[in-house]
Amino acid sequence: MTVAAIEKRMIQFLVHSASDTVGVVVVDGIRSGSDVTGRVMETGETVVMRVLDDIPLGHKIAISDIATEGTVVKYGHDIGRTVAPIRKGQHVHVHNLRTKRW
Amino acid sequence: MVGMNDVEIDVYRRENGRIGIRNHVVIMPVDDLSNAATEAVAGVVDGCLAIPHGYGRAQFGRDLDHHFITVIGTCTNPNVAAVVVIGIEPGWTARVVEGIAKTGKPVTGFSIEGHGDLATIASAARQAANYVQWASELRRVRCPLRDMWIAMKCGESDTTSGLASCPTVGNVIDRIDPMGLTTCFAETSEITGAEDICAARAATPAAAKAFLEAWRGYNDFIMREKLDDLSESQPTKGNIAGGLTTIEEKAFGNLEKIGKHTRFVGVLKPAEAPTGTGLWFMDGPSPGAECLTNQAAAGFALHLFPTGQGNVIGHPVMPVIKLSANPKTCATMPEHIDLDVSALLQGEMNLDEAGDLLFDLIVRTCCGRLTCAEVMRHREFTLTKLHMSA
Repeated sequence: MTVAAIEKRMIQFLVHSASDTVGVVVVDGIRSGSDVTGRVMETGETVVMRVLDDIPLGHKIAISDIATEGTVVKYGHDIGRTVAPIRKGQHVHVHNLRTKRW
Repeated sequence: MVGMNDVEIDVYRRENGRIGIRNHVVIMPVDDLSNAATEAVAGVVDGCLAIPHGYGRAQFGRDLDHHFITVIGTCTNPNVAAVVVIGIEPGWTARVVEGIAKTGKPVTGFSIEGHGDLATIASAARQAANYVQWASELRRVRCPLRDMWIAMKCGESDTTSGLASCPTVGNVIDRIDPMGLTTCFAETSEITGAEDICAARAATPAAAKAFLEAWRGYNDFIMREKLDDLSESQPTKGNIAGGLTTIEEKAFGNLEKIGKHTRFVGVLKPAEAPTGTGLWFMDGPSPGAECLTNQAAAGFALHLFPTGQGNVIGHPVMPVIKLSANPKTCATMPEHIDLDVSALLQGEMNLDEAGDLLFDLIVRTCCGRLTCAEVMRHREFTLTKLHMSA
């Protein structure tokens, strides 16, 4: 998808719940340094922020800073512990997030 | 929605009163040794379906019980009109035949020892031909949708599953549960992290307790056997590629399938038939083919399967409606996706509109529309082994 095509899309990421610390990128081709707009599904609220990593479609973006050994919240619930400090706008995945269960 | 309770579908009414949406003549092996004969029968008689599998020898205890329940249950699924059973020896063959005959469904068994494959194939093929011609004259009749049994499970999930395709199924479950349908969700291990939230969705304290006992039993087994944190097994490599990181995250997305209001009435063992209407939880393994095999053997006649990265699954006798909200999957694998709900991600469609589309597709599929999995000949059938054979 071209940059122009991405910009035409109103929403680049979705957030399930108001208390979540991550959102999900829903378009292809999000690059580090770009400004993106997200929507909180629970409230309809719009969030605008700068992306600090290239993030593929479907992958998570931090919408707040999260310290190491912190908890990541999605769906309003605990989805695991951080194993590295995460800054708002960074990619959240297996390199910095682990299960607390297994 | 006005008139939802009056929705009718054109279906096959079976001898035991259950309704089916397909009219298969099944050639079922009792054991692995009989696969060749069943496939030979299906090769010479048009319109029948062999369901080869890997087990049925020297099993014992609850694993053997589960084998019989699954094999018999698959044959008594209301999508099946008649059955030819072939086993290596007459004893267990008769046991499967008797189990099927209890529902009133036409069934005949053949055993191979003392006859050889060729004579067995000849006899079984004559019977299969008779059944196919008999079944070809059965006619669909109008029945209320509320008599349907519908199962669900998701696979090759990604974050779009939890955002959109699982909630679309949930939207439909919340509509059809008040109509009195019989429905089923499963995937015990894939609720890990959301088990308390799930338990809170039980209709009764007894159902909540039964669910948590089943979940704890499965979790204890995983903790006993695991060698690492299960990453790449749960979540799978495909889940991770799609952006899912932990089992907890996967679990919350999974649970979106049971909607916002619907409560589950009880817990089933793998392949166990429900005893009443409403939403049931089936305990058991989460891999797609195993889970669907157990759900179809319990009697579910239609399946709703959200996928993110593009699971291609089907089942021999239970049509599987696959839906996805991942725009790449819908674009690159359209022959596997019955319903594209990717417009939900951009807010170009709302959840009620997505639910309308899925509901309409359910009605059409019940009335005979072939699913992608049927057209693509996806007939996965994988028996669950509860423990090693003797």
